[in-house]
Parts: sequence; structure tokens; C-alpha cells
Amino acid sequence: MDCFRMIFQYFQSNSESVMNGICGLLALASVKMYTCFDFSCPCLPQYNMAYGLGIMFVPPIALFLCGLILNRQSLVMLEEWRRPQGHRKKDLAVIRYMCSSIMQRAMVAPVIWIIVTLLDGKCLICAFSSSVDPEKFVGFASTSPVQVQQLLAKVPCKDDELMRNNTSRKAVSRYLRCWSQALGWSILLILTMAAFLTRWLRPCFNQAALLQARHWSNYIDIEQKIFEETCCEHSRLFAHTCILHFFESMQQEIKLHSFSLPREGEGNLLRGITDQDQMNKLLKMWYYEKPPLDVS
Amino acid sequence: MDKFRMIFQFLQSNQESFMNGICGIMALASAQMYSAFDFSCPCLPHYNLAYGLGILLVPPFILFLLGFVLNNNISMLAEEWRRPQGQRGKDRAVLRYMFCSMAQRAMIAPAVWVSVTLLDGKCITCAFCTSVPVETLGNANHPSLSQREMKQVLARIPCKEIYDGQELIANEVAIRYLRCISQALGWCFVLLMTTLVFLVRSLRPCFTQAAFLKSRYWSHYIDIERKLFDETCAEHARSFAKVCIQQFFEGMSTDLVAVHCHPPRKAPADAGEATEKLLGITDQGTMNMALKSWHRCKPPLHLHPPALPSGNGWAAEGQPPTHTPVHRRETAAYYSRV
Repeated sequence: MDCFRMIFQYFQSNSESVMNGICGLLALASVKMYTCFDFSCPCLPQYNMAYGLGIMFVPPIALFLCGLILNRQSLVMLEEWRRPQGHRKKDLAVIRYMCSSIMQRAMVAPVIWIIVTLLDGKCLICAFSSSVDPEKFVGFASTSPVQVQQLLAKVPCKDDELMRNNTSRKAVSRYLRCWSQALGWSILLILTMAAFLTRWLRPCFNQAALLQARHWSNYIDIEQKIFEETCCEHSRLFAHTCILHFFESMQQEIKLHSFSLPREGEGNLLRGITDQDQMNKLLKMWYYEKPPLDVS
Repeated sequence: MDKFRMIFQFLQSNQESFMNGICGIMALASAQMYSAFDFSCPCLPHYNLAYGLGILLVPPFILFLLGFVLNNNISMLAEEWRRPQGQRGKDRAVLRYMFCSMAQRAMIAPAVWVSVTLLDGKCITCAFCTSVPVETLGNANHPSLSQREMKQVLARIPCKEIYDGQELIANEVAIRYLRCISQALGWCFVLLMTTLVFLVRSLRPCFTQAAFLKSRYWSHYIDIERKLFDETCAEHARSFAKVCIQQFFEGMSTDLVAVHCHPPRKAPADAGEATEKLLGITDQGTMNMALKSWHRCKPPLHLHPPALPSGNGWAAEGQPPTHTPVHRRETAAYYSRV
């Protein structure tokens, strides 16, 4: 009993740590994906902004959805939300607690992608190089508007013939990267402060209700797991009994058609099937005529 | 009992070593973040100072807050601070101890960032390049440059490839000067931090050691008590769930017997254990009904005391938790409990 209790305790503590582990793995995967991704700005006036902002916002949405999919608790929460009330009342506080914990974990990887993108700077340089004021930079101040737009669009491409060794390009690039990094650090600061205030202030408001919501959300999770384990155990026994009945019925049929009696010793294990033909017949019966799902 | 005691001793020693580990990881992460971060000074007069000082001061603040966020004890501290007194007095010394220990651990990663930044020198070079003393290091009499233009030229010192003020002040001279100041500041900071830590560690035992031992013991106690409470609740939830599900299956098979109005065949003696474990569900239709009922009509959170199995001590221990009362069906049901 003690042994089982310890194993189950490990499982219980394990479900939260499993979810935290998945969250951390997704965060690392998002950083790795960004470093492996070969960002190549199109350097054309209309395409730059679409590409830059697309790379900044589309992968985070995919990562968010991945975070929801990989989290087992989201299915448990949905089931609890949609089930008919029946004999058991539904507690909205529990559902809200589960929803907020799922969302918080799923938001980590997308936020990390956005911050890494901003701190790196390439996306913003690509997206906003055409929107920079050309008067600020010496090399772009004195050309026609159309040419200026095209030149500015080429700023992210260091290896372009027009842009190679162009000091104004480097100046624009540095300017945009500075803004991008400032934005990245500011977002990180705001989110960290929000997380800090949440952890610090949450026990100050309605701590008892929070403890209750947390306990019952854990309970729902455990109950679902134990139900599945019970069903698994039941189906194993059911299958065992069903197959035993099948062998017994085959044994009776064989006794009817042949006159050789099985020896007592190995008889029980061989279940009356002692030659190749009988075994083949049994296997054919198993495929063509499975026994009904009824062991009463 | 002994096993639990050993586990809890391990957990208790582990919480401190766990927090020390997190602290060490964050310090390494802060050094790694700095080397991975692509520092690029904007080289424009007013932006340089903001950028340089921003990179010097904002990430340490973020790391300091993260040090608190990642520490599980913060919610414990807030909870202990805000709880109603009830029958247990509150000791301010314990709260102060907890806060100080968390704050000390949270300060390590920011200190590492600031030291690494100052010792590297790029931030200070970027922030203060417009304040370089041109009179002593360069050619202050360089003609035809207004203040504004000079600031613009000096602002480009960190960007070697676009620097065009070689006659005003040599790029390498300015950078060496600024880096020297930055590294001096860095080493002074490291020395100051190390001296502070040394003084705190060596002087504290000279004052109030007894009070310190008391605060440390009771802060560990609060931590362990909270963990034990969580574990006990989890264990209770598990037992509750097991019994609830067992009673659900028993209720299902009782219902079916009442509906179909025939007693099940007596199971042969040698299959008794298997039949009992089958929980009275012996065909596909019954199982489907059980699964449908599990979703459509979950059982109430209310256990029936007499039906608890022998392995679980709940029946003897008082009232089950009260939720919506279930209607007991008065039927004469025959079911075999071998």
C-alpha cells in the first residue's frame, strides 16, 4: 500500500512538472527554430513589411497552438466545461483557474519568439526600413522619392551592389536595430513586472478560493486518470475472460468431433488444442467469427 | 513512517540546494545572454546615452525580478504575510528572514550582468563617447566644428567603420580611454560586492545568532508544512477519486440489475476474483452505457460510507465531504459479491 501511495504521489507531482517541462522544451525549441531559420528579407518596397511582420507574428501563433495541443489539461478543461451538469454541480472558478494556467503556459514560447526576434533586430529592420525619414540620413536625403523608397527597401540586404559599403545603410540599420532592441527589452521588462506582481499580489486576494480552485482542478485531473486506468484494467480482464470463454467453447467443439481426450497434466495450459489442424481452425474462427462482447 | 521522514529530509535540504541551483543557472544564463546579445550602438548623439545606460541597467532589473518570480517561496511569503492571525501568531522576524534570503539570491544574476558589462566596456564606450575630454586627448583646436557637429562626430566613436573624426581625436585613443574607465569601474564594483558579501557573512554571527537560528528554523518549517499539506491534499484527492469511481461502477451495475429485472448468473467459484474486478460490467452494451453515463452524468462528489472497500481507512474517519446528496435507490437488487 505504501509503495503504491509513493508511486502515485510521484505521478501527481509529476503532472505539473510534466507540463512545466513541456513549456520549457517549447521555449527552447522556439529559440532554436529562430537561430536555424534563414531569414532573408526580399528587399522590395511592398514585400518587406509583409515578410518582416509575418515572420514576427505567424510563428508565435503556431507555437501558441502547439502549447495548447501538447497540454493534456486543455482537454480535461474542455470536457469539464462542456459536460452536462448531471448529479455534479459545475464550479466556474475551477474552470477559470484551469483556463488561466493553460493559457499562461502556452504563452511562454510565443513571447520568447517575439522577444528574440526584437532583440535580434532583423525583422524590424526588414519591415520598417522603407518607413524611415530619409532626411535624417545623409546618403538618402537628396534623391527622388521613388528612388529613396527603393534604396531604403534595400537597406536590409548587405550584399546588394548598391548597398555594399554604404555608410548610410549602416546608419539606418543601426538606428532601426536600436529601436528594435529597446522595444524588445521594454516588452521583457513589462512582462517580468507583470509576472512578479501576479505572484506577489495573488495571495493577498481571496487566497482561500484559490486553494479550493487549485485542489478541485487537481482532483478532476486525477479522477480522469484513475478512470482511464480503471477502464484499462477492466478491458484487460474483460479480454482475458472473453478469450478464456472462446477457448472453452472451442474445446467443447473439439471434444464433440474427436475422440481423443487430452491428458490431465498439460491439458489445462493447452486448453484441449493439441495439433496443427485444431490450432488452424481456432485461428480461423478467431478471425471470421469473433466472440460477442458478453462474458456474463 | 521512516521512509516519509527520509523523503522529507531530502526535500528540505533539497529546497535550499534547488534554489541555489536556480541562482547559479541564472548567473550563467545572464553571462551567456550578454555574449549572445548583439550590442550595436546607434552612434547618434542623444540615442547613445539612452541605449548604453539602458543595456547596463534594464536587464539587471529584469533578472532581479525574474529571480523573485522563479522562487517558489515568494507566494509562501506573501501568504504568510497576509493570512489572518487565527490561532497562530505571526513572527515578523521570520518574514524578514525569508525576504532577505530571497533578495540575496535574486541579486546574484544582476550583479553578474553589471560586472560583465562593465568589464567588457562596450556599454560605457557607447554611452559616454560624447563626453570624452577632447582637450586632453585630441585636438581641441580643430577648426570649423560647432558644438553640435562635434557631438555628432564624437557619437560615432564606437562605430569604427563610419567614424570620420580622426583629426579631432583618434578613434583608438578614445576607445582605449573609455574602456579603461569602464574596466576600472567594473573591478571596483566586483570588489565592492565581494566585500559586502564577506562582511555580511562574517559579521552576522556576531550579532543575533540565536534569533537568526530561530527565524531560519521556522521559515523552513512553514515551507515544509505547506508542502506536506499539498501532498496530503493530493493523496486525499486520489483516494477520493478511487472510491468515487468504484461507487460509480457499482451504482451502474445496480441500476442495470434493477432495469433488467433478472439476477446475473452465479459466477463459478474459480473466476470469483476476476468477476469482482470486472465491477459487474460484463458486456459491451453495459460498458457503453457506463462510458456515456460518465460523461453525461458524473457522480456527485459525495461518497457513501458503508460501501468503502477494506484497503482504505476513510469509512472509519468521519464524515465524507458534503456536496449534493445522492438519492439512495430502494430496490431489492441481487448481485453477487464473491
